[in-house]
Amino acid sequence: MAVATETPFHVLAVDDSLPDRKLIERLLKTSSFQVTTVDSGSKALQFLGLHDEESPVSVHADQLDVAVNLIITDYCMPGMTGYDLLKKIKESSSLRDIPVVIMSSENIPSRINRCLEEGADEFFLKPVRLSDMSKLKPHILKSRCKEHYHQEQHQQIDSNSNESSNPTNNSSNSRKRKAADDEILPQTNRLRHS
Amino acid sequence: MAATPMNQLSALVNNMFATGLLDEQFQQLQMLQDASAPDFVSEVVTLFCDDGERIIGELTKLLEKSSVDFDRVDAFVHQLKGSSASVGAQKVKNTCIQFREFCQQKSRDGCLKTLDSVRTEFYDLRSKFQTLLQLERQIQGFYPK
Repeated sequence: MAVATETPFHVLAVDDSLPDRKLIERLLKTSSFQVTTVDSGSKALQFLGLHDEESPVSVHADQLDVAVNLIITDYCMPGMTGYDLLKKIKESSSLRDIPVVIMSSENIPSRINRCLEEGADEFFLKPVRLSDMSKLKPHILKSRCKEHYHQEQHQQIDSNSNESSNPTNNSSNSRKRKAADDEILPQTNRLRHS
Repeated sequence: MAATPMNQLSALVNNMFATGLLDEQFQQLQMLQDASAPDFVSEVVTLFCDDGERIIGELTKLLEKSSVDFDRVDAFVHQLKGSSASVGAQKVKNTCIQFREFCQQKSRDGCLKTLDSVRTEFYDLRSKFQTLLQLERQIQGFYPK
């Protein structure tokens, strides 16, 4: 089902520094994104409907009130780092297809690789610039293609079998609830960094 | 050249670039300001100044202790380095980089000396930012949007 093209994509930005939050918010708004900013990983998880659980088992997110199309987070934060947040998102069956971008003021290759290996889609060196914003939309569009593909696969399986299956998410313009259908296809992680 | 607010503002900003106080990241901020966000630079700069003041206060307290927790000092300097980089405060940022080296070396003297430099540079920058914002407000007053 086609998305209303007027609906802007919604980005959740996570950074403990107030000036940096102001900057990333402005960068995103200038690039026509709808923005929510939070100052910690745990607040990000709350917003995404996940509770901060220690268990590595997939947690089903409560229904998100507002769809989130991309998460951009600082790496160095007190408490939960951006890396910890990334891990939690990737461990969640309902959130793991949301593209995640990590920002850091430090250019440490081992850090960058660790994040990419964990499933981050992009790594930005701070200070983030306007030119970095154009890298975001491709990741969002790619993840939506994946979501459509999963849905089609799921519908195909439904029509091919008599078993009842998980209810599919018919509204493709949201991440409100994802069926646990990732086991049907291998997860493709396109690792790329700027 | 008449000392109009606009000319004064140009002269001030140019001087801040020429003396290495600001780098091109500040120009990035200026580019992000427009009719839909007419106070963006002022807001970010103000947040940076408040944040910087808070951090310098914390650093002063930490370095006064008889036994210094260099990890905590480093964490605060890292924060200040980050926010200076974000607003284009080049000189303060570079001093923070030096500061972190003294933290790694666990040199109390090095840290104290560098804290003094950071403080001086930060307050100098802050006072120039305040003048800059005053001039901007004057100009906006002449040419209301």
